[in-house]
Amino acid sequence: MVAESHAAHLSQFMKDVMADTPGGQKVVHCLQCGSCGGSCPNGAEMDFTPRAVFAMIAADRREAVLKANTMWQCVSCYLCTVRCPQEIPITEIMYTLKRMAIREGKAGGSDAPALARTFTDFVDRYGRSFEFGIATRYLLFNKPLSMLKMGGAGMSMFAKGRLALTPTKIRQVKQLQAIINKAKELSKED
Amino acid sequence: MKYAYYPGCSLESGSAAYDKSVKAVIEQLGFGLDELDDWNCCGATEYFSQNELVATSVIARNLALVDDRHDQLVAPCAACFLNLKKTDKLLAEQPKIRGKVDQALAAGGLRYRPGRVQVRHLLDVLYTDIGEQAIKAKVVQPLTGLRVAPYYGCQIVRPLNGFDNPEYPMKLDEMFTWLGAEVVDYPVKAHCCGGHMTQISEENAFELIRRLLQSAADYRADLILCMCPMCQLNMDMYQGRVNNFFNTKFKLPIVYFTQMLGVALGIDMKKLGFGKELVAAEPVIRGKLEGQTAAATK
Repeated sequence: MVAESHAAHLSQFMKDVMADTPGGQKVVHCLQCGSCGGSCPNGAEMDFTPRAVFAMIAADRREAVLKANTMWQCVSCYLCTVRCPQEIPITEIMYTLKRMAIREGKAGGSDAPALARTFTDFVDRYGRSFEFGIATRYLLFNKPLSMLKMGGAGMSMFAKGRLALTPTKIRQVKQLQAIINKAKELSKED
Repeated sequence: MKYAYYPGCSLESGSAAYDKSVKAVIEQLGFGLDELDDWNCCGATEYFSQNELVATSVIARNLALVDDRHDQLVAPCAACFLNLKKTDKLLAEQPKIRGKVDQALAAGGLRYRPGRVQVRHLLDVLYTDIGEQAIKAKVVQPLTGLRVAPYYGCQIVRPLNGFDNPEYPMKLDEMFTWLGAEVVDYPVKAHCCGGHMTQISEENAFELIRRLLQSAADYRADLILCMCPMCQLNMDMYQGRVNNFFNTKFKLPIVYFTQMLGVALGIDMKKLGFGKELVAAEPVIRGKLEGQTAAATK
């Protein structure tokens, strides 16, 4: 935990990240060792590695961090998390930054939020994921060219019976929707 | 211990071979796995990217659906396994989240006490609960001569696994030595396959996939064993496009570990979902195993 005397000096951005991430208080212990960026399979593609992001959070550079591609390049492989000598839940902080960027309208540079929204729209409606629907809707609106490139492999998947053309709906979809709606309502509280 | 089974969405369509082989193997080994009634999608990484409370509530519904007759929930998919386990842990450790998830579940007439259900990955159940002796006793077709590259990927071994090393896991390696296979010890067995990156930034994803295929090929693997639908999809469905992109000639079958376990247990390959993979596995497997039998009879 952070001592009272230190808490006063934390940037607002740091306080927000800590509050929104289970176990997030540990981010203040970052040693700037760089094990995270060095371990990351996608580190080379990031605007700033996680190490740099943590320094920027401490420096209250909210805008620059939330507009960066860093968290959207995170593939949730958790290699940084298990290697961090300070046990910072780095992958979870990447999720926090994704949520903040979407909430604050800063996530425009990546297609990942559109993919996430398309995916969860189907689950909200049917209770199950629907690969074909997600892929076609997401690609059509975001990457129409990719649809052509994937055509061949898509047809092979279809021929092999690996592409269901209709979604499966769970029986108690109303129950799931009641749970989702209540969770959405509660998440607006703080 | 009584096991409830959470197949996950991929096993219903794209990864039906996994589902089929899990069921065939479980039956052959003689233990029960009861599918969780009316389970819903775990949300993969996609709800967590948008709203943590919705993500955990959606997952918690599945934990709440496990009835009193079952105390274990078994998931074959990496993302489902991690999500179920992570949510149970979050509910146990974060009272603020738990309070709200309780309210959300109550809106659907459900409740869940953290820790009531133990979330397990299928590999852990097969390795630990069924175990070496019981599996070895049922092997009728040893995998002698077949070089297999066990691929663990990310979310089964990190960060919460509890049954294997997060960077250098060994359980799947060990299981395949029980079955008589030659297990390839290659350096990328727990590296990332790119996950959903194929949908976001293809060229990044192709490089991550290439590293895996290259390493397995360098170590002369006949095939890659996987335990996650996403890993299988990325390495199998995208293998042709990776070859086009890098001008490589990989032709590595990517099969589920349960399919090969089934072969060793003498189950007919049709019942194990072979033939659904885009890079054909059957000719490679038959070639190696029949070659071995022929050599033994000479």
